[in-house]
Amino acid sequence: MSDSLLEVRGLSKSFPGVRALQGVDFTVRRGEIHALMGENGAGKSTLIKVMTGVYERDAGTTRLDAKEIFPRSPREAEACGISTVYQEVNLIPHLSVAENICLGRQPTAFGKIRWGAIMQRATQALARLDLDIDPSRQLSACSIAIQQMVALARAMDVSAKLLILDEPTSSLDERECEELFKVIRKLRDEGMGIVFVTHFMDQVYAVTNRITVLRNGQLVGEYLTSELPRLELVARMIGKDAKEVAAMESQQPGMRSVRDEKPFLEVRNFGRKGSIAPLDLSIRPGEVVGLAGLLGSGRTETARIIFGVDKPDCGEMFLDGERVSISSPRAAIRRRIAFTAEDRKIDGIIPNLSIRENIVLALQASRGTWSKLSRAKQDELADKFIKALRIKTPGPEQLIKNLSGGNQQKVLLGRWLATEPRLIILDEPTRGIDVGAKAEIEKLITDLRRDGLAILFISSELEEVVRTSQRVVILRDRKKVGELAGDAISEHAIMNQIAAPTAESKAVVDV
Amino acid sequence: MNRINPKYIPLAATALVMIALYVLGCVLYPNFTSPRVIVNLFGDNAFLGIAAVGATFVILSGGIDLSVGAVIAFIGIFIASMIASGMQPLVAIVLALVVGTVFGAVQGSLIRVFDLPPFLVTLGGMFFMRGMAFVVRQESLAIKHSFYQQTIRQLVIPLAPRVNIPFTAMCLIAVVVVATYVCVYTRFGRNVYAIGSSENSALLMGVPVGGTKIGIYALAGFFSALAGCVSTFYMQSGNPASFVGLELDAIAAVVVGGTLLTGGVGFVPGTLMGVLILGLIQTLITFQGNLNTWWTRIAIGVLLLLFIVLQKAIAGRGRA
Ligand SMILES: Nc1ncnc2c1ncn2[C@@H]1O[C@H](COP(=O)(O)OP(=O)(O)O)[C@@H](O)[C@H]1O
Ligand SMILES: [Mg+2]
Repeated sequence: MSDSLLEVRGLSKSFPGVRALQGVDFTVRRGEIHALMGENGAGKSTLIKVMTGVYERDAGTTRLDAKEIFPRSPREAEACGISTVYQEVNLIPHLSVAENICLGRQPTAFGKIRWGAIMQRATQALARLDLDIDPSRQLSACSIAIQQMVALARAMDVSAKLLILDEPTSSLDERECEELFKVIRKLRDEGMGIVFVTHFMDQVYAVTNRITVLRNGQLVGEYLTSELPRLELVARMIGKDAKEVAAMESQQPGMRSVRDEKPFLEVRNFGRKGSIAPLDLSIRPGEVVGLAGLLGSGRTETARIIFGVDKPDCGEMFLDGERVSISSPRAAIRRRIAFTAEDRKIDGIIPNLSIRENIVLALQASRGTWSKLSRAKQDELADKFIKALRIKTPGPEQLIKNLSGGNQQKVLLGRWLATEPRLIILDEPTRGIDVGAKAEIEKLITDLRRDGLAILFISSELEEVVRTSQRVVILRDRKKVGELAGDAISEHAIMNQIAAPTAESKAVVDV
Repeated sequence: MNRINPKYIPLAATALVMIALYVLGCVLYPNFTSPRVIVNLFGDNAFLGIAAVGATFVILSGGIDLSVGAVIAFIGIFIASMIASGMQPLVAIVLALVVGTVFGAVQGSLIRVFDLPPFLVTLGGMFFMRGMAFVVRQESLAIKHSFYQQTIRQLVIPLAPRVNIPFTAMCLIAVVVVATYVCVYTRFGRNVYAIGSSENSALLMGVPVGGTKIGIYALAGFFSALAGCVSTFYMQSGNPASFVGLELDAIAAVVVGGTLLTGGVGFVPGTLMGVLILGLIQTLITFQGNLNTWWTRIAIGVLLLLFIVLQKAIAGRGRA
């Protein structure tokens, strides 16, 4: 094993309630650029932070150059020869660019910092990335992209054996990316090992030699980039088998009637800088529109600007053909839009209230403080939804925290249905609930659609999206990259669009 | 760099206020122009100034130290008692500096190891030290030793006929010079700024955050102890009940001196100017003669609020 530079074996790390890494192996060889891939939350950043001593590991070993290392801080990792750019730009806003590049390793003479030498060294480091920045400028006065480049300049200023870059390109433009790639290719040719995390497929195929895929904190596998087709990479990231992907082509769900009605909701060129690029989207009454894409592709962000949680900064919105602007969730509710949030523990249920209280919450809120729902009306509503949604509970006074995940989800759904919405946005309604409950929720969605509701359905489970949607909008890297309708919807088609190289993904299959 | 860095604006404002106050004094009162006013300004505010320099490090790092006044009182009565019981003054002073530094390091370690808020740890430290001061002695004690009555009083630099720079003022100036050097020219000093600006980033950039934090509070303890020593030179006594709330004067001087209370931006010379501004206000009110001295407090309060608003405005503009 002469060419392996870094060998991580059996690395595990848990946070309260999350097993972020479970026995992960990871090998980086000398002179390669190694992509670490996985959806948001797969554990990439955690792996990097554990390797570099930011977090303590629960189990596992790290060997660098065949020597076991045990860094307990980024400082020690750097002393071992691992230089890292962490995901969030981690620099000191109040200090100058030059000082940010040299902090902690300033050239000194008898303990006295040599400021002239710092300036010189910073200028050189910046020049290596072909950056034209005044090194005496205060960092906080620079754009995020420049700050990112400064962080890169800092990481490359030390002679490391291993360079780790966690999503360094997320805020860079094309020219800056090219500059970065040029430098890391050169470092690779000099024999350095480089770990590169990105969610841009094009970049992975442009610069990396090898790919390691993580999913839910577990290792999926290690592949040569040249031998792993894009589609298969996506399949691995979302936890599908490659054979399954091939077989998907044949199983078409068929019979999808797209109703020819006027849309209830229509947005045009609707977007928000930094969260979702401007997109068009429409939903008709009696239609389920699925939002598909990898975690972090902008699905929740889309839901949030429609519901008025975040303000859009461009585009227009129409309800029933009338131009409206929704400035807050309250306003959205008044227009009869409902939204069940992704994380029901955080945004959804109030654990210490009863089922009845949880159900009437939104309706009560929309009526204001002064016109309280009568207890009889509350009981009636609770009974109605417990029956209609088949919530398994001894009674309406049960505390919601004592219900199973699937039943909590149903209560949430009931809460919104009580407000008699015309559009309901469901963000991952089936996350973390068992198979039977999933099937029931799916059936409920179909029933609601038949009753004439417009539904925007977000799910990571492609089969679910395929089964329930009449149209599917596909997002990638916070951009709409395609739309499928009717019989054109299949898992395979969706994955193709997620994986497609940027240039070719323009072809939008329209209604 | 055609635009001036916004972080120098508070410093410039401080310098302007200081000069304006001095000019105001000279215009209103002919005696104000005497060099003796300036010399006294330094001499009378020496221990406050030294304590404020210590507080500057703490505040730069985003922390706070409330134990300053109690430490000064403790050190004062400690030295007085030691000398009264026959110890050599220099030995007592060195011992006092060691005690202060260790005390600061303990506070820093508590903050670091248990990840406790500095406000609470140093609040505890304040009560502890105030109590210890009374344990040493219940009432004030004059220091009677030739080192105090003669040596220190003779350690002066003549400036003009019958105007000498007292030893306490020299201590203050030396402290400011050394501290400025530490801030600008040592890695420790730069790490203090980095931690105050963004502790998490500093950690990820490989700054030894833990050690630096302990060092900062140890240094603050040292400066508090030194301020305590200087206070005995000035008062020629120790008093366990003295200097209540002095830490707040020190914090006010630091903030008026242009250091951001949230950390990361500030300058030791600014703190010196802050102390001198506080002293100038006091002197002006003394010269005025029939204003109650509490007007000093009111003026400082107003000035402090003005500076905080100024900082906020600059911070807001910096982000835009
Ligand atoms: N400091 C932390 N405390 C608690 N949970 C964390 C922390 N950091 C990450 N996690 C959790 O660990 C998992 C992996 O996160 P992360 O490594 O950031 O994923 P990735 O970088 O692949 O997007 C996620 O479920 C995340 O919520
Ligand atoms: Mg990450």
